[in-house]
This record gives sequence, C-alpha cells and structure tokens, in this order.
Amino acid sequence: MQTHQFDAVIIGAGGAGLMAARYAVLGGAKVAVISKLYPSRSHTGAALGGIGAALGNLEEDKPLWHAYDTVKGGDYLTDQDAAMVLAEEAIDAVVELEHMGLPFDRTPEGRISQRRFGGHTSNFGEKPVRRACHSADRTGHMILQTLYQQCIKDDVKFFDEYHVVDLIMNNGKVAGVIAVQLGTGELHVFHAKALMFATGGWGRVWQISSNAHTLTGDGAAVLFRRGIPMQDMEFFQFHPTGLYGLGVLLTEGIRGEGGVLINGKGERFMEKYAPNIKDLASRDVVSRSIYLEVRAGNGVKGKNYVYLDIRPETVNRYLAEAGETRRIDDDHVRHALAETLDTCRTYVGVDPLTEPMPIQPTAHYAMGGIPTNVNAEVVLDANWTVLPGLYAAGECACVSAHGANRLGTNSLVDLVVFGRRGGMKMAEYVKQADFVPLPPNPAGEIEAELNRIRNNKGKSRAYELRNEMQQVMMDHVGVFREENGMKSAVESIKELRERYRNDVVIDDHGHKFNTDLMEAWELGCLLDLAQITAESAVARTESRGAHSREDFKDRDDVNWMVHTLATYKGSAAAIAGPINTELNFDKKVNLSLMEQDERFKPKARTY
Amino acid sequence: MDVTFKIRRYNPEIPGKDKPYWQEYVLKDVEPTNRVLEMLHRVKWEQDGTLSFRRSCSSGICGSDAMRINGRNRLACKLLIRDVGAKIQVEPILGLPVIKDLIVDMEPFFDHYRSVMPFYVNNDPLPADGRERLQTADDRAIFDDTTNCILCACCTTSCPSFWANGKYVGPAAIVQAHRFIFDSRDQAAKDRIDILAEPDGVWRCRTVYNCTPACPRGISVTRAIGEVKLAIMRGSPKGIINPKDIPTHE
Ligand SMILES: Cc1cc2nc3c(=O)[nH]c(=O)nc-3n(C[C@H](O)[C@H](O)[C@H](O)COP(=O)(O)OP(=O)(O)OC[C@H]3O[C@@H](n4cnc5c(N)ncnc54)[C@H](O)[C@@H]3O)c2cc1C
Ligand code: SF4
Ligand code: SF4
Ligand code: FES
Repeated sequence: MQTHQFDAVIIGAGGAGLMAARYAVLGGAKVAVISKLYPSRSHTGAALGGIGAALGNLEEDKPLWHAYDTVKGGDYLTDQDAAMVLAEEAIDAVVELEHMGLPFDRTPEGRISQRRFGGHTSNFGEKPVRRACHSADRTGHMILQTLYQQCIKDDVKFFDEYHVVDLIMNNGKVAGVIAVQLGTGELHVFHAKALMFATGGWGRVWQISSNAHTLTGDGAAVLFRRGIPMQDMEFFQFHPTGLYGLGVLLTEGIRGEGGVLINGKGERFMEKYAPNIKDLASRDVVSRSIYLEVRAGNGVKGKNYVYLDIRPETVNRYLAEAGETRRIDDDHVRHALAETLDTCRTYVGVDPLTEPMPIQPTAHYAMGGIPTNVNAEVVLDANWTVLPGLYAAGECACVSAHGANRLGTNSLVDLVVFGRRGGMKMAEYVKQADFVPLPPNPAGEIEAELNRIRNNKGKSRAYELRNEMQQVMMDHVGVFREENGMKSAVESIKELRERYRNDVVIDDHGHKFNTDLMEAWELGCLLDLAQITAESAVARTESRGAHSREDFKDRDDVNWMVHTLATYKGSAAAIAGPINTELNFDKKVNLSLMEQDERFKPKARTY
Repeated sequence: MDVTFKIRRYNPEIPGKDKPYWQEYVLKDVEPTNRVLEMLHRVKWEQDGTLSFRRSCSSGICGSDAMRINGRNRLACKLLIRDVGAKIQVEPILGLPVIKDLIVDMEPFFDHYRSVMPFYVNNDPLPADGRERLQTADDRAIFDDTTNCILCACCTTSCPSFWANGKYVGPAAIVQAHRFIFDSRDQAAKDRIDILAEPDGVWRCRTVYNCTPACPRGISVTRAIGEVKLAIMRGSPKGIINPKDIPTHE
C-alpha cells in the first residue's frame, strides 16, 4: 500500500474541486486533486445554459436582486447570508473566469453576453432579466475546460482515475482518505491536513435522471458513514425539461430564448400556473405544472409528456402577442442552442427547428448535502460547530444558498464562489495546522468491504437492486409525495440494503479496472442516500420548493423554517450497516437579509 | 429485434484471456432507438459483469466512451442501434495500449495534449475597471469551432500518422492549440506555433482526412490543422481567418 502526504487533498475535479485546487495552490499549499474520472470528464462539463451574475451588461441588474431571486426561488429555506455571498461574489468570479480565458459569447460592445433564465428577475420579481452569462449552450463545458487548463498551467498535481472510498479519522479528527487506483486496483492512503470533498451530486438515485452514471454521491455517503450529518436531503430538484424516456437534459436556455411549453391540446399551459413569467417560472413550479397537466389528461397522445417548442414561428407569435419587439430565426437558434439541436437529432430524431421536443421532468440536482458555512468548512450541528480540516463545495455541499429549490445558473456560481472560498481557507488552515497521525491499518475496514463485495456468493445482481431502488424513489419520493408512499419507500430501501449487504453478487473478481466492483460499491452509496432522502422527506410535514406533499399542501413557516440534519447513529464505519438515522430540526434558516429589508420576508411564492 | 455484439476482449489478470480475443453476446428486445452504450450496459449488467469500458455522462459531452464500432471511432452513448444495425462489432480505439477490454491507456494522449500549452496566457494588467477584457463577437467566432473539443481521442486514434508514429502530437492536441492560437486575447501563440513546428508537430499530418469525420463534436479538425499550418508558415495567426468565411454552426 502506498501512502502519499499532502497539505491539502481535494476529492473531485469538477468546477468546485478545480477552483478550490487553484486557490489552495496559489495560497502556497502542497495540493493533490483525486478524481475517479479524468478531470475533463466531470459532470460540470454537461452544464448547458449559463452562469448567473448581475453584471448588468445588457440591462440594469444588481446583486441584491440576484440574492432576492435566489432566496425566493429557494422557497425561503435559503440561508440568506449565503445567498448574498453567492450573488455578490458571482460578479467577480465570472469576470475572473473571463480573465482565465473562458470564451464567453459577446455583446456588440465586446462584453460578456447574458440571457434570461428561469426565476431570475430585476427589481424584486418585476420582470425577467438577462443575467445568465453564457458561451453558446455549453457554458459548463467551457468552465470545466478553462479551470482544468489553468490547473495544468499552475502545475497542480492530479491523481486521475483514483476512486475515493473512505475517510480516515483519528480520535474524531480528520487525517486523510483512502482511494482505489482504478488501473491497478491497489489501495492508496492520502494523508492530509485538510480535505475538501467536491464529488458532485447523486441524481442516479432516481430512474429518470439528467445525471451522469458516475453521479452516485460517493463523497456524501462516505462522510455520512463516518458520522458527518447530511442536511436537507429531502430537497432534490426535478428539472422540467428532460428528453422524454431518456432524462437527458434540455437546457432552460431554450425557454430563455423564447421557447414555450405546450400540452397535448396545443395550449401554452404555463399561462395558467405562472401568469407573470410563465415558462420561466422556477423549476419546481414548472415540473409540478407538467405533472398536473399530465394528470388532467393533457399529456401528448395521452402519455406522460408534453412539448417544448422553440420553432421560430411559434416563438415569434408569442413574442408578438406579448408586445415584445425581439424576434428569432433559424440561424439564431442554430448558434444559441447548438447542443440542443444535436441532442434532439441524435437521441430522438427530432429537429427542433421543424418539430416540438417531447419532454418530461428529470431528476437533476441535490440541494441538500454536506453542511458547510460560507467558507466551505463542514459544520456538524445546529450551532455551526466546524470540524477542523474538513471542507466541501459544489453540488455535494449544502451551504445552503439554494434552499428548497435551486435556480438555474446558480450551481455554476456556487462552484466557483464557494470552491474559491474553500481553497483560500484551506491554504490558510494548513499553514498553522499539523498532520493528524494515521491510525494503525487505516485501510483495513474498506479493504475488507471491497473484498466482501468482490467475492460474495449471493443472487442479487447489483443492477437489479439499483433498478428497484430507482423505480421506488421515482414513484414515491419524486415530484409529488405523500406519507404512505414515502414510508413504503423507506421500507423498500431498507430491504434492498439488506439484500445488498448479504446477497449481492458480481462477476468480476479481479483487481485491474474492476468496474463491476466499483459500480457495486457506488450502489451502496446510492442506497444510503436514498434512505436518508426518503426519511427526511417523511419527516417534513409541509410542502416547500422541490418537496411537494399531497397530504401537506402548504408551506408551514411557523414550524419549518429550519434545516433537516440527518445523522448516522451507529459506530462510524467504512460501510453503513442498517441505518438508524437521527433527524434533528434545530438549525434555523439564516434570515440576515430580512432583518434589514422587509422584502426578504417569506411570502407566498407566485411567478 | 435481436442484436449480436462481437466485442474485442482482453484481461491481463486471467490466464487464457490475457491475449486479445473476440466474444459474442446476443441481446433480445432491442429497440432501434436504443443507444449502443445502453446495450453495452445490458451486456455487462445482465450477462457478463467482467466486460469493462469507460463511460460517464451518457450524453456525448464527457468524452469517456470512445470506441471503435463497426470499424469507425464513435462515442457509444451517441450512437443509436438503428444507425449500426443488428451486428455490432466493438473494439478499443487504436494506437493506445489496451489495459483491459475496451479500456485503453489515455496517458500518452493526455501527454500530447499537455505538451501544446493548452491554456490561456495573457500577462497584460487586468482592466482597471475590474471587469472583463473586451473581445468582438467576430474575434470570438474565429476559434468557436475548436472550443467544442471534449478530448475524447476519436480523431487522434483514427489517424494513420499517429498509428505509424505515436510521437506525433495528433489532431486533438492541434485542435486544442488552435483554440488558443486564434483567440485574440491570448499572447502565447508564438510559443505554441514553435512547439507545433517541431518534427512531431503538425507536419506529421498528411491530410488523410480520417480525423474530421471521426469527431463526434462535428469539429472541422482538418481545417483547424490547415489553419495552424498556415500560421506556422506566416509566423503568426494574424489575418489567416476572415470571420466572414466561417461556416455557420451545424
Ligand atoms: C445536464 C446538466 C445541465 C446543467 N446545466 C447547468 C447550468 O446551465 N447552470 C448551472 O448553474 N448548473 C447546471 N447544472 C448543474 C451543475 O452542472 C452541477 O451541479 C455542477 O456542475 C456540479 O459540479 P461539482 O464540481 O460539484 O461536481 P462534478 O462536476 O459533478 O464533479 C464531481 C467530481 O468528483 C469526482 N468524484 C466523484 N466521486 C468520487 C470519488 N469517490 N472519488 C474520487 N473522485 C470522485 C468526479 O470524478 C468529478 O471529478 C447542470 C447539470 C446537469 C446534469
Ligand atoms: S488529416 Fe492529418 S491528423 Fe487528420 S487523420 Fe489525416 S494525417 Fe491524421
Ligand atoms: S477534436 Fe473531436 S474527436 Fe478530437 S478529441 Fe476533440 S472532440 Fe474528440
Ligand atoms: S458517456 Fe460521456 S461522452 Fe459518452
């Protein structure tokens, strides 16, 4: 077994991890980045529409308006201090990306171009505002490439295709991580003063998902098993426009360009649900509207999907109706939505310039996750107690700037803003901290667990267990929820976890690139997160943001202006045994903006 | 419909399988609109978990799953069964050492990538107003095509010059260099041009045109290489591309 020593180890090479790495290196720390994928394969590269920042390049905009939209979009579960940091530092972060070479699209004046995006408005909800900075519809690709390029320039040390499988703690202190080198199957110990988890989301808990196969929540699950709480797990966003049957994402930018949702009767149904900003209402609202349309029998051809229409003829008709002067044509769509056209043609043989696109909501984004403060330091409880040396940023973290529902373009902001803060903070921290000694045989437990999965003689193939879990979660812990369904989901997941523990079987018993083994290990992570998601969801007896209950239809600000913290009760381990989750609701939502400004007070959310 | 997969396999850990060999799998109930990647998953999940390949996004953007399918380099996640038929032959991409089944060693590919200074350089003081540097939409359009690259290696591993000589940086690295050489804000064009003028640089390209049709991102790879060659001959990227000549996006 090899042991490596670094001041700071960053796990994950998506936008959050790379930004943190860059700043930790610039701050003078000796840094390693570990990633189970080559950095350029990270899912940040799939982000399409844009990164939000109140640059005001095309019309007046202010960080305070951005913060307001973020708080309102989050259905007031958003921590308002975090929303303000996000909105204020977004400007500088986006400009910094440009300085790193990111090829943003340009305005006629040569400035960064901006477009509209769901839930982003000027002047406290008055009208849609052009805030999403974009590079065609592959902004995430450009961010990922640019950050990776700059890391190469700065000579950041990468461990590519190393899969982190456990956290090393000693006497309650953070000492490092264990990773499998995928090419050889060997375990490596990474001994570090500071660790940052930037491992992305876990959309693969659900059956229809926009997420990569590799988005299995490893980082969150590993920390959970070692006693770190998970915050607000019941809030998982379903994006309204996934390609029907596949879940592949069609960007909100389509609606930003003027695209409209049309039901089976040819009606633009969002006029009913969000009379003001219609198709650009926030995601939870639009996803629910689609479900309601389908339920009312208004799906296309009686099925569970509707249309998204960007044909210039349709768009221009609605623009004219709304009294707008802007018009679009085929060429504009071809450039602005190049990825979309390619996706539709490739996967469903639809040309969006001549036909509408069939869509259904798709599991997309984890609002919850590893609780942190605005410096990306992991916090353990309602008193914001920091666990020294442990950091998290990006989708796996919960600061919580997104509250109960994230606005489009705010995740990319989150990555660069909090990744940067975390990187700086780590560089400072390692200057004064010592290495925590490694415990004896730090990899013993996880080695035994991997060998168990490798050689277990059972009957349940990992993919069958995964399919069942994904179906159960889709049916009962999806866009609409109610008590009995969710309780039955908890029971089903527990059963699946039993089978996973005792009866799982894989075919590949080797060591080199054992993808069979690693997929099965990842399934364990998904099962852990599915269970705490369902349990947190049962407990929250209200509807808020992405958590929408049929038995508790209203938001309950008297009892539920609090974050959920789910903690694993049992002795910390490399594997989660039968989970006994303890739920705690003492952590109050931060309302610092409201204290100065009435407009940030929770009120009914209409669009 | 039934589909037969014939897959090139190799596992250095298992005696008897440590030489490349072919293995066939038959899948039932395949829809013409299923993707090759999904079907490889079905083989792996339902029949043989030892089958090994890389993949992640399943939407053609991460560049993990380049493989040689019926003799052409493709991303398995971007290819529908109806476009390849009921008999599908899958091999690892050529020219890089095979580690296991469809997984090749990508390090030589990334080494070439890193060798062309694939990063933005601009040492001028930042704008005093604290804002972005300006760039016209026309200047931005000049290098738009090559910003699409996802480093999947489909082009480089279909290039006969690369097969013949693994030291050739290959089309992907040139595409990456192009992205910066023709960016009006960048200041290291000269250094990259010098690197690519070396014997293992652009001149190993014999313009065989394998690379352009191989690119799943539709990048005009050969055109980009041609532009870099011209820049080398002139010693500067200036004036080589007229924005008006840039084809509209496809
Ligand atoms: C299709 C799509 C479109 C989107 N569009 C937008 C948009 O327009 N605007 C926006 O703001 N947001 C968008 N999002 C959301 C946003 O892209 C993601 O939330 C964000 O990119 C997550 O970045 P990250 O750095 O946290 O993680 P990721 O980019 O997912 O990276 C995770 C990293 O962790 C590594 N990793 C994971 N597990 C392990 C492990 N066990 N060991 C080692 N390494 C590990 C991976 O290799 C990877 O490098 C979109 C998301 C999707 C799916
Ligand atoms: S055009 Fe050049 S780079 Fe492309 S395949 Fe031919 S020789 Fe290789
Ligand atoms: S140029 Fe095209 S084929 Fe070559 S690596 Fe880039 S995306 Fe892949
Ligand atoms: S799996 Fe990402 S490109 Fe195919």
